[in-house]
Amino acid sequence: MTELLDLLRSPWPWYVGGPLIGLMVPLLLWLGNRSFGISSNLRHVCAILLPERARPGFFRHDWRAERWNLMFAAGLVLGGLVAGVWLADPQPAHLSPAALRSLHSLGVSVQPGLVPAKMTDLTQPGVWALLALSGLLVGFGTRYGGGCTSGHAITGLSTLQKPSLIATVAFFAGGILSANLLLPLFLAVIR
Amino acid sequence: MTRAPHIPGVHTESASVPRTNTGLLAYLLAGLFFGVVLVKSEAASWYRIQEMFRFQSFHMYGLIGSAVLTGLVTTALLRRFGHTRGGERICVTPKEPGWRRYVLGGLIFGLGWGLAGVCPGPVFVLLGAGIWPMLVVLAFALLGTYLYGVLREKLPH
Repeated sequence: MTELLDLLRSPWPWYVGGPLIGLMVPLLLWLGNRSFGISSNLRHVCAILLPERARPGFFRHDWRAERWNLMFAAGLVLGGLVAGVWLADPQPAHLSPAALRSLHSLGVSVQPGLVPAKMTDLTQPGVWALLALSGLLVGFGTRYGGGCTSGHAITGLSTLQKPSLIATVAFFAGGILSANLLLPLFLAVIR
Repeated sequence: MTRAPHIPGVHTESASVPRTNTGLLAYLLAGLFFGVVLVKSEAASWYRIQEMFRFQSFHMYGLIGSAVLTGLVTTALLRRFGHTRGGERICVTPKEPGWRRYVLGGLIFGLGWGLAGVCPGPVFVLLGAGIWPMLVVLAFALLGTYLYGVLREKLPH
């Protein structure tokens, strides 16, 4: 019993997780011709929250027809509860020695959990700034670019769509720039 | 929801309501499954995202690469031999053609992704895992989405 629990708590290697992520594309097509993607939820939530008069044309779409996507997001929250709380990995992530050195030099200690304490310490104004800027760029960029990792990198690439290849290359470039140049600036300010 | 074709005497209007509900429940379960996968495969881990953007481990590349390969093969098979659970033909909506919005929007999204280490899926997953500061990311992601809606006509696409 404890052995089973240990197994459930330990993280999965890439060759187990990757294929399961890839299967989301045919699964959602089979469920009802839905294109796997998460960021469009942000558009639906905006449409729901904004009062009728203050709503730009972009949010006058039929979000009710896309309720499946909101249900999917609710499922993600539940999945986070199941795997991130009840079956949480008691060990810190098994990072490469090079990654451990980089994070150490940035002043981030690798502890069990999915996000380091330093990134979520809301007593630090720098953390607020980092989280706010990150969210703003993610929200704006995913709608402008028409998708996120799931919509473009997984769905778009596995259905051989050229726009998704362009978007994937672009958001990897953005991520590399940001993780290597922008993040160290923020972390230098956050204690 | 797309309704199943109406067959007289088989599907009545009243019967279509519970069908819609079970339909939505299926997406909740699909989301739950994907949320578990994102945590257990560590795709929702800030540490792994940082490691990926510094080219310090194969983990995330293996994860994304094998996901795309699996998606490619299984989707091709489903399109060739299968149909939806409602018996309809599989149709994949093509992305709009062009490149400007994909380069610019993609770059902007990437800059945000590399900072807090979360793309839209993990925001929801991490909230479920009780990491409440992600509410700040979510609130500002909604603000960013709203700003895009306001500025859309002025941006190159």
